[in-house]
Amino acid sequence: MSNLVLQAIFNGLSVASILLLVAIGLAITFGLMNVINMAHGQFIMVGGYVAYVCGAMAALVLGPAGAGNGYLIALPTSFVVAAGLGWLLERGLIRFLYKRQLDTLLATWGVGLILEQAAKNIFGAPNVNVDVPEWLTGSLPLTEDLSLSYARLFIMAMAGVALCGVGWYLFRTKTGRLVRAVMQNRAMADCLGVRTDRIDATTFALGTGLAGLAGAALCLLGPVGPFIGTDYIVQAFMVVVLGGVGQLAGTVGAAAAIGGLDSVFNLAFSVSIGQVIVFALVVAFLQWRPAGFLRVRTRSG
Amino acid sequence: MRRAGVVAGGLVVLVFVFVLPVVLDPFRLNLLGKYLCFALVALGLDLLWGYAGQLSLGQSVFFGLGAYLFGMYLKLESSGGKLPDFMSWSGLTQLPAFWQPFSSPVVALVGAILIPGVLGTALGYLLSRSGIVGVYFAIVTQALAFIATTLFIGQQPFTGGTNGLTNFSTIFGLPLRDAEVQVRMFQVTAMVLAVCLAFTLWLARSRFGRLLVALRDDEQRVRFSGYNPTLLRALVFGLSAALAGLGGALFVPQVGIVNPDSLGIILGIQMVIWVAVGGRGTLIGAVVGAIVVNAAQTAVSESLPDLWQYGIGALFVATVLLFPQGLVGGSLSLWERLNQGVRGASLPGRHPHPRSAPPLPEGEAVPSKEVAV
Amino acid sequence: MALLYYPVQYEGLEASKNIFYIAAPPNQQIIPGVTYLLQKGLKNMYLLGSDYVFPRTANKIIKAQLQAEGGTTVAEDYTPLGNTDYSAVVSKIKAAKPDVVYNTLNGDSNVAFFKQMKAAGLSADNMPVMSVSVAEVEVAGIGIDNFKNQLTAWNYFQTIKSDANTKFVASYQTRYGAKEVTDDPIEHAYSAVYLWAKSAEKAKSIDVDKVRAASNGVSFESPQGLITLDGETQHIFQKAMIGKAGVDGQFEVVWDSGADPLKPDPYLKTYSWGASVAAG
Repeated sequence: MSNLVLQAIFNGLSVASILLLVAIGLAITFGLMNVINMAHGQFIMVGGYVAYVCGAMAALVLGPAGAGNGYLIALPTSFVVAAGLGWLLERGLIRFLYKRQLDTLLATWGVGLILEQAAKNIFGAPNVNVDVPEWLTGSLPLTEDLSLSYARLFIMAMAGVALCGVGWYLFRTKTGRLVRAVMQNRAMADCLGVRTDRIDATTFALGTGLAGLAGAALCLLGPVGPFIGTDYIVQAFMVVVLGGVGQLAGTVGAAAAIGGLDSVFNLAFSVSIGQVIVFALVVAFLQWRPAGFLRVRTRSG
Repeated sequence: MRRAGVVAGGLVVLVFVFVLPVVLDPFRLNLLGKYLCFALVALGLDLLWGYAGQLSLGQSVFFGLGAYLFGMYLKLESSGGKLPDFMSWSGLTQLPAFWQPFSSPVVALVGAILIPGVLGTALGYLLSRSGIVGVYFAIVTQALAFIATTLFIGQQPFTGGTNGLTNFSTIFGLPLRDAEVQVRMFQVTAMVLAVCLAFTLWLARSRFGRLLVALRDDEQRVRFSGYNPTLLRALVFGLSAALAGLGGALFVPQVGIVNPDSLGIILGIQMVIWVAVGGRGTLIGAVVGAIVVNAAQTAVSESLPDLWQYGIGALFVATVLLFPQGLVGGSLSLWERLNQGVRGASLPGRHPHPRSAPPLPEGEAVPSKEVAV
Repeated sequence: MALLYYPVQYEGLEASKNIFYIAAPPNQQIIPGVTYLLQKGLKNMYLLGSDYVFPRTANKIIKAQLQAEGGTTVAEDYTPLGNTDYSAVVSKIKAAKPDVVYNTLNGDSNVAFFKQMKAAGLSADNMPVMSVSVAEVEVAGIGIDNFKNQLTAWNYFQTIKSDANTKFVASYQTRYGAKEVTDDPIEHAYSAVYLWAKSAEKAKSIDVDKVRAASNGVSFESPQGLITLDGETQHIFQKAMIGKAGVDGQFEVVWDSGADPLKPDPYLKTYSWGASVAAG
């Protein structure tokens, strides 16, 4: 029985890490920049397809047995490709809409539709498979009943890396400091000579790059196809809104909370009911604390 | 201008009700009837978003709910007193209590309007009281659409699950698929739409309408003037929900089926694009947008299905970037510019400050919060 | 007025006169699947499905069959359509230790489920799974490493050895690409067109009522074998098969229902336990 509890804890951590990976890019674009990127799910899809292409190229060069090695290149590549696409999107569309938050929602939804259709035209409608290296398959047996799958451990590690990476970038690098400056007081930053337009593009690209990274990581456990974007977008927004917009620590907390609750309810009841309960709880929580877990204290309240 | 508008409007209604049924073939007429139901939802959404500034991505919940509620009556009537088929094969042995009142068409119709309306008012009140406005409101409404879809799919014995409610045969004793009956339903829908449009236009010009616009532009001032923003938001959300429910109730007998997609996220966001393309804050724009976008969708996806998704994606982007005032909004602006100085030419929703240059209705009632990491 | 030729497996329990059900009702897919597993001694089954009408009805049938034929239902579990988180389900399966999982998941859920099963150390060796919605096309998305040696129940596999099938696969690959695979729904759709054409030839008309009236007994030498239309139920006589996934993503046919095609029985009349299920 205690094994079931331990398994539930591990599952909760695993789901939480998946949610965190999915949501962290959104936390940046929504939380830091106040841009509603409804194409976030499609950037995750892009990451998945980059992993697929890397695997296919590795298979060409190294033969079918070596296809798994493509995965290691896939991780940074998906970040770069998704960041690049995001940079283009910001320069081409988002920067005209900064004062119009709800319009960014509509415009990026349209972009998401286009990306989805493009994926379908390029790669076909059915899901594709991504080859993974041998050492990521299988699991670590702790006891007879309890084993921790390497894929899930890897994703937890990736989530940690992403979180630390973002934290380090924002708080320990010069560009990160500029990002924070622009987000906190754009006018002053402008006056002090900061290239705010470049910073905007960089920040948005960081957010979408993280989505791409999430897409590559999630290949280990989930489908890769044109329509996976919609699987993730609602959950991602829930995590960010619950955590408190503008607070990365809150995002972590929200991912942990939803992941934990999901696990418990899914184990206790069925996944169908579990999902509805968790969402209803989140909406109810927002009634009580509309700003989410961690509120940003500003002069207006 | 107002008089000319009323005459023109009346003519259009007459054309719809009497001329189109003769001119269009039954298939196209039925499609147009569907678009008119969507136009009803769009009307409500324009009141909510174009006027009151609250973007709801979940109007589909109320639309679908209205469709299911009236569909329950249609299902019971076509089951002829026996247990509906999907209930039998889901393992139920008798009709659930909450289904029983819906064997009456009156209950079903009234319910299809009132239940979404009451639900919308209650939700609007709760959300507004907690300060959930703007983007958060939009996201919560989207989550609600998600919850509603999952719930309806999962409760197969009560809702028909993914199949939804189907296999209708009669309405008020008349066969549903009879061409004559379909024409009558189209005419009823057109007339209901005309009445609702007139009502909402009147409402927009009334004090309530002006309060909504004021709420959108400056909530603090509205509050300090002694009005209750929470109540206002609740009322407008409830009204938009009732209109959506009515649209759903008229939709289901014409389309012949209702399933969880009618409650879902994708339909919910499409409703927004209808209003945006037509022109938010003009009401007529909502109707025009609903008809035009859906007609375009049918036309393009019939011939080039892949192209349609690119098309509608581009439409979202173009509407936001290039013509944010939409078709009707843009046309009215053009008309005004050609007739400089004609007062009263504009509808209240579009010009928050009559004499200044019209800023675009942002859809945000509250300035965004300061953000810090 | 028109006829719908429906080429995909479904849950049975219906017979509309406007539909010709070309693919399998439960007695030509799901039920033989259960029979095969019972024969192999895999009696305790974990029923897992997506939450909509097909899995729910399928599981009703399976439960009744197990009760009548000496198996046990260990659990009956549903996940929402499109769900991709199977951590809880996999944990539940591990804890319940069934002999086999009878899988009626659909779409993306299958990809997530099999990847996560494999990640948790469950594969065909220690947890066999019988699926009814995974075919050659889906295996590509799941990844053959995650699906090796698992079982599926269909009426057609690309590896069927017959002249008709060889020609069919070759033509398909010429038209759509050498790497494309054929599967049961593709083959049924292909055969459905020929069945309609032959019915229309027999009726000497494309009028709906005449075609329907002429359809009884119309046969076609399809890639899956000889199939014949049954005018009474508007289904077809066809064989059921069980396939085992191999390393190349193709299935090895490990069992079929015998020389004579199975008579379609959408209302489960030929089963003693069928009446209770059909009645609801």
